[in-house]
Amino acid sequence: MIRLRKLARAASVLTTPLAPEDVLALFNPVFSARQLRGVVTRVVPETADSATIHFRPGRGWKAHKAGQWARIGVELDGVRHWRSYSLSAPAGQDPAITVSDVGAVSGVLVRQTKPGDVLFLAPPQGDFVLPEHPRPLLMLTAGSGITPVMSMVRTLVPHRPDADVVLIHSARTPQDSIFHEELSELADQFPNFRVTHWYTGERGRLDFGSTAQLEELCPDWRQRAAYACGPEGFLDDAEALWSSEAAAHEKAAPGPFAADPISLIIERFNTSLVGGAGHDGGLVTFEASDREVEADGGTPLLDVGEDAGVLMPSGCRMGICHSCLLPLRSGQVRDLRTGEVHGEPGQLIQTCVSAAAGPVNLDI
Amino acid sequence: MTAISDRTAANSTSINGAAAKHRPGALASSGSPLVRPPAAAHLTDEQVAEMGRELDAIRDDILAKRGASDAAYIRRVIKVQRGLEISGRAALLMGRNKAAWVTGTTLLSLAKILENMEIGHNILHGQWDWMRDPDIHSTTWEWDFVTPARSWQHTHNDLHHRWTNVVGRDNDVGYNLLRMDDEQPWKPHNLGNPLYNAILAPIFEWGIAIYDLELVEYQEGKKSKEAMKRDLKALGRKVVTQFTKDYAATPAVAMLTGSGKQALYGTLTANAVRNVWAHAVIFCGHFPEGADTFTEEMVEGETRGDWYVRQMIGSANISGSKFMHLMTGNLSHQIEHHLFPDLPSNRYGEVAPKVQEICKRYGLPYTTGPIWKQVGSSWAKVFKLALPGKKS
Repeated sequence: MIRLRKLARAASVLTTPLAPEDVLALFNPVFSARQLRGVVTRVVPETADSATIHFRPGRGWKAHKAGQWARIGVELDGVRHWRSYSLSAPAGQDPAITVSDVGAVSGVLVRQTKPGDVLFLAPPQGDFVLPEHPRPLLMLTAGSGITPVMSMVRTLVPHRPDADVVLIHSARTPQDSIFHEELSELADQFPNFRVTHWYTGERGRLDFGSTAQLEELCPDWRQRAAYACGPEGFLDDAEALWSSEAAAHEKAAPGPFAADPISLIIERFNTSLVGGAGHDGGLVTFEASDREVEADGGTPLLDVGEDAGVLMPSGCRMGICHSCLLPLRSGQVRDLRTGEVHGEPGQLIQTCVSAAAGPVNLDI
Repeated sequence: MTAISDRTAANSTSINGAAAKHRPGALASSGSPLVRPPAAAHLTDEQVAEMGRELDAIRDDILAKRGASDAAYIRRVIKVQRGLEISGRAALLMGRNKAAWVTGTTLLSLAKILENMEIGHNILHGQWDWMRDPDIHSTTWEWDFVTPARSWQHTHNDLHHRWTNVVGRDNDVGYNLLRMDDEQPWKPHNLGNPLYNAILAPIFEWGIAIYDLELVEYQEGKKSKEAMKRDLKALGRKVVTQFTKDYAATPAVAMLTGSGKQALYGTLTANAVRNVWAHAVIFCGHFPEGADTFTEEMVEGETRGDWYVRQMIGSANISGSKFMHLMTGNLSHQIEHHLFPDLPSNRYGEVAPKVQEICKRYGLPYTTGPIWKQVGSSWAKVFKLALPGKKS
């Protein structure tokens, strides 16, 4: 590796201002250490609206832990869009994401991806991972919330004879239930892995209002390390149940004597739309400068920043020179020239012709 | 909720219409400049505003169409350029063979021209920023040209494009070296105008590198010592890497085949060819007969419409084949480029007839001509203005 780097530095004498990998990328697109890419190797349809995309990442990818997610960049009509997806492949294998078609980006991933396509990647991350020491586990999932848990199940169940996992998975119908077949097969094969498929179409939502249903499905749930992943409401309800139970537990047996305290680890999918999109104006936060200003929807962010005393990069002040570009951390902006509202985390925006459309956070 | 699908109709209000106060450099939202340039003196404020809206509509039309095919275009050009560059250098490594030398030098010259014009210049303008590809972005790109990209972006994108042809504000009018406008007072050293220009052409990249240091601004105290130090450092680093690549590393490798000297001549020639070409194209942009210059009164109180007017009557196009447009980096569509500096260059060709039609309708000149005529015209100016005298 070190020798490779030395070789690259030597070769760059001949390729400057490009790096040798820019030249090598002519032959293989994954030869880029600056931009991590992966080549799609296989696309497997799961349900009518979801598919698993297997890919071979280039250099710079670090192996994922079961349960982690990665940011995936896809090009839609020439424009790069980034979204986060949980990795569904077991730890130790080439990564794969399982995507449900719920928006423009995921739609393209599910419907149009084919082997040989190039995806842009960011290294895997996230704390929704298996416990360090073996413990009995309870997994609560709903809809596409199964994806990170599937990675955990695939990692743990076939390889650890001492694994003890209960999975309660909610889906509308058996047809909508991702990994339905594989889960049933695993449960047949490994007695220490128990699966309950809960079809909300037949039985309504799993009730977290009391402990009754949980008690019935998994009587020893209090002794298990619990994991939950699914839609917002599902997680909120589960969280409420666990925290009230923990409080009751504390009351009954105060002090640090409980061997395994009641715990619930949850994974929230990003709520993609920041509140206020489409509205005019909002609170503008200049993150590194530690300033906050209320701005109206007609004043360029450049002016807002300057009035607040932030050292803003600037140039032509009319949207042509791109000297004023700043990374957006969150929120959306309105292009004052066209009225278009846009903005994704990390996107560079022209502050001289962009105004706040709802709360905006800028990286300066 | 993608950026593309959320486009709404263009709103036609001026870009700083709602800004709380007037800032230096910002355009006025209505009214007219103190003096409207002679070529546009017949237009009323309303006509200029209406024309501005028409030009805005042209821009919006391209923004709505811009997409995957444009992205594929720039990636293809980059690929071709890198292919040319590798094969050119590889051929030069066997430069002892005459055919190999000619092939290598030609390919490398073509590669360098493409790299500077259609790729570098346009990426550094932010024409491809919309793709959000960090490898093809105005904030990350560095080019095969001595002057560091960031320094050039400041003098070019900001100063030149904002203040196009305003004598005293846009130093591109003569680059502090030549007398290129009769409003510039004549001094005895201007007698050397043609000589300076002839020397400048083959070493154009070095001229631009020195120009981008803004030595005059530094002397006048408008540029700080820290900024100067920073720019000098950046330039120094760039000079070393550029020099090493073309004049040390390539010849050194070629020495393995006993072609060291020939490879050196090859890279020297390729850089000179590129410099002469870039110099010619860039001089055709604003110096031929028909492209106007402006006074400070003509920009005081300028609206977006008047800014558009100035871009159109201050620039000149080059007519020619598709290949010619490519090799000029579409600066042959200088008028369109100055109107819309950050639209992707591959779209200027389709915009040009619409712009020409607008010029005709509003009675504004639209200067264009074949390259030999435009080069001749700008050289004629270099000679004429070597001598004292006002109106030429």
